[in-house]
Amino acid sequence: MAGRLAGSRAARELARRMGFMGSFRAGLSNVGGGPSLPVEICRRDAGGVSPCISSRVTARRFGTAGADEIEARECESNGNQVVNFPGGKVAFVAEMEFLAELLKERINCYRVLDDDGRTISGSSFKEVSKEMALEMYSGMVTLQTMDTIFYEAQRQGRISFYLTTIGEEAINIASAAALTMDDVVFPQYREPGILLWRGFTLQEFANQCFGNKYDYGKGRQMPIHYGSNKLNYFTVSSPIATQIPHAVGAAYSLKMEGKQACAVTYFGDGGTSEGDFHAALNFAAVMEVPVIFFCRNNGWAISTPTSEQFRSDGAVVRGQAYGIRSIRIDGNDALAVYSAVHAAREMAISESRPILIEALTYRVGHHSTSDDSTKYRPVHEIEHWRTARDPISRYRKWVQRNGWWSDENETELRKNVKKELMNAIQISERAEKPPLSELFTDVYDVPTSNLREQEALLRQTIQRHREDYPPDVPL
Amino acid sequence: MAMAARRGATANRGQLVGILRGFSSSSSVVDSWQKNKEGIAGGKPLNLFSAINQALHIALETDSRAYVFGEDVSFGGVFRCTTGLVERFGRKRVFNTPLCEQGIAGFAVGLAAMGNRAIAEIQFADYIYPAFDQIVNEAAKFRYRSGNEFNCGGDPLWSCWPWWHYHSQSPEAFFCHVPGLKPSEAKGLLLACIRDPNPVIFFEPKWLYRLAVEEVPDHDYMLPLSQAEVMREGTDITLVGWGAQLLVMEQACEIAEKEGISCELIDLKTLIPWDKEAVEVSVNKTGRLLVSHEAPVTGGFGAEIAASVVERCFLRLEAPVARVCGLDTPFPLVYEPFYLPTKNKIVDAIKATVNY
Repeated sequence: MAGRLAGSRAARELARRMGFMGSFRAGLSNVGGGPSLPVEICRRDAGGVSPCISSRVTARRFGTAGADEIEARECESNGNQVVNFPGGKVAFVAEMEFLAELLKERINCYRVLDDDGRTISGSSFKEVSKEMALEMYSGMVTLQTMDTIFYEAQRQGRISFYLTTIGEEAINIASAAALTMDDVVFPQYREPGILLWRGFTLQEFANQCFGNKYDYGKGRQMPIHYGSNKLNYFTVSSPIATQIPHAVGAAYSLKMEGKQACAVTYFGDGGTSEGDFHAALNFAAVMEVPVIFFCRNNGWAISTPTSEQFRSDGAVVRGQAYGIRSIRIDGNDALAVYSAVHAAREMAISESRPILIEALTYRVGHHSTSDDSTKYRPVHEIEHWRTARDPISRYRKWVQRNGWWSDENETELRKNVKKELMNAIQISERAEKPPLSELFTDVYDVPTSNLREQEALLRQTIQRHREDYPPDVPL
Repeated sequence: MAMAARRGATANRGQLVGILRGFSSSSSVVDSWQKNKEGIAGGKPLNLFSAINQALHIALETDSRAYVFGEDVSFGGVFRCTTGLVERFGRKRVFNTPLCEQGIAGFAVGLAAMGNRAIAEIQFADYIYPAFDQIVNEAAKFRYRSGNEFNCGGDPLWSCWPWWHYHSQSPEAFFCHVPGLKPSEAKGLLLACIRDPNPVIFFEPKWLYRLAVEEVPDHDYMLPLSQAEVMREGTDITLVGWGAQLLVMEQACEIAEKEGISCELIDLKTLIPWDKEAVEVSVNKTGRLLVSHEAPVTGGFGAEIAASVVERCFLRLEAPVARVCGLDTPFPLVYEPFYLPTKNKIVDAIKATVNY
């Protein structure tokens, strides 16, 4: 118990120093004395005459006053009057002020390593052991290699589709490393690294991509739509952001069970425009559930840059709008991702609250194998992020400087992973597809009469026209 | 149990008696209802929303992982269907949600996917559309697309209540077109739906909440889904319907009977899957079919029934299948009497079909 409290306190301290927006003073209460978040309101025109007058507004959370506490007026020490409305007390001001659409400065971004892989002096982060550090590093390399080879396989026509996580390996692996196996994951589709970290094998990835009989999804979905009940990773579905409210419902279940676990859901900058994002954040805040909302702001939603996606300062500021503690982090910094998720998880579970993490990053690859991003962004920009801003080489420098990794290790690792992948692909490619009967199962728990009827009709048709149907699907 | 089943079967059925006594004193209807009463242990007289309420109480009592949530459910709901639940089961199991149907549906999917029974309420059927994506793309496909790694069965059950333009829609056909869902229809059916291991949508006709009264057994019982019921036997024409429309159809049957036409009336109760065999048997007997629903005629569920029956009974049919349904317009307030498939429209269609 003491250990857990200490852990929570340490996490809170770390969170405070990392700069989580929101309440980070110990012993918060709901009424009066909440945290002050100074918010600059307006700008002055150059001419000195402006429609609004800048001032400081203190955001405070007040408890809702009961009927017997309602007073018509109360004077604050600064002379402003205070009145009760449903929702609590608010101070009145005589001057008409509009909150500015944007803060003067963008929300700061938490990072631990500089671009050269050196820890920034004074940075606070969750320490990792050598073993963990190397596991994370090799996970990132494996992910990158897997992506490269599967992408090629699609180009060669061996699988029908693929999408990569190039540039987002730190997000994938480091966030997974900070979670436990009990935390339930609701991915979008650019997070196979979480599965990889949890033990999904390269063979299992390949099986899904080839849709063979070993695919847990039974060949029903496109490649990269992975899922694993055993690994607590909910099956990917193509529609954007639908998983976000699912995570909230799941988190509610965890809270009711009293489990020391949280729900985690990932989505991109584009996903934050969907209604499901807003619905989910609001629900999570009201129901006070342990869920981490992880936004991979990689700058692009297919061809749509963030300037065409929203006008807010990214995703992080939206958390506060719903009453959710939030942080912006450098998504290409493995240690920052690891630390932030670790702290977020602590808070989510111990305080039963949602946390929003916005990880800034860059989508180095095309959106998918159906996309050629050079059509809408300059090649030199892509190359810059692929090389100078690569999260793997940056983290590698840190690991190597610690004396934990060498060039020989690197060559060996890459060679082994590649070999394992090529092997897995060959095996998957040769395996049979799932049998025809699986076309009709799992629509319901038990096939219904109309489905049985349709299966019978289909089998008759196949009998009459066998040559029209693919031979690798057993009947 | 079978008798109890037929009893609770339709709060619809019981309703008919209540209403018919107001309009006519047809002895045959009362007689047939009396016949079915035989052997059933009496319950208390309850109206529809009370029967729903009772079902919810039982559902929460018998499953500690069942939850009821939606807009305004805490104080008892705008139609009183959730009365007493918070007091008995607490705010953690029965709670209000923010005003957001897609949130309600999405939340329900996640909750159910973790093995709970998520009973999500949509206040009016008309408001179900924002939830359509979560229902159609997520809930309905959850099990199939994951290869049964995951499911949200025992799952989201949406109760929907129609009322005028934006409170009167009957969107059941949209959902019938979605493999993976089971739209269905009072206490025994509701409990069966809640306990079904698939996502189920349960539609309740709100205008019958108070009007429909019959004796409902106190105990915990379920009705088989996908089993149609012959409410009235006849020889000249088969009428098929579900929900509140059955009341109207029953009245039409009464009027037709006076003119010497013997009508057989079937309550489908469940739309997906629907009891094709029962309808086929009936049409093979009568040779004529009429389907009636409030939802607009084009692409309505009546079209599916008509097409299926033509496939199965083509040579037996003496006349085209008649559909007496709503118009292809949004549900209009002052024009309601014109829009609805009223008993006179049905009687005219019965006669036209019989005299074809």
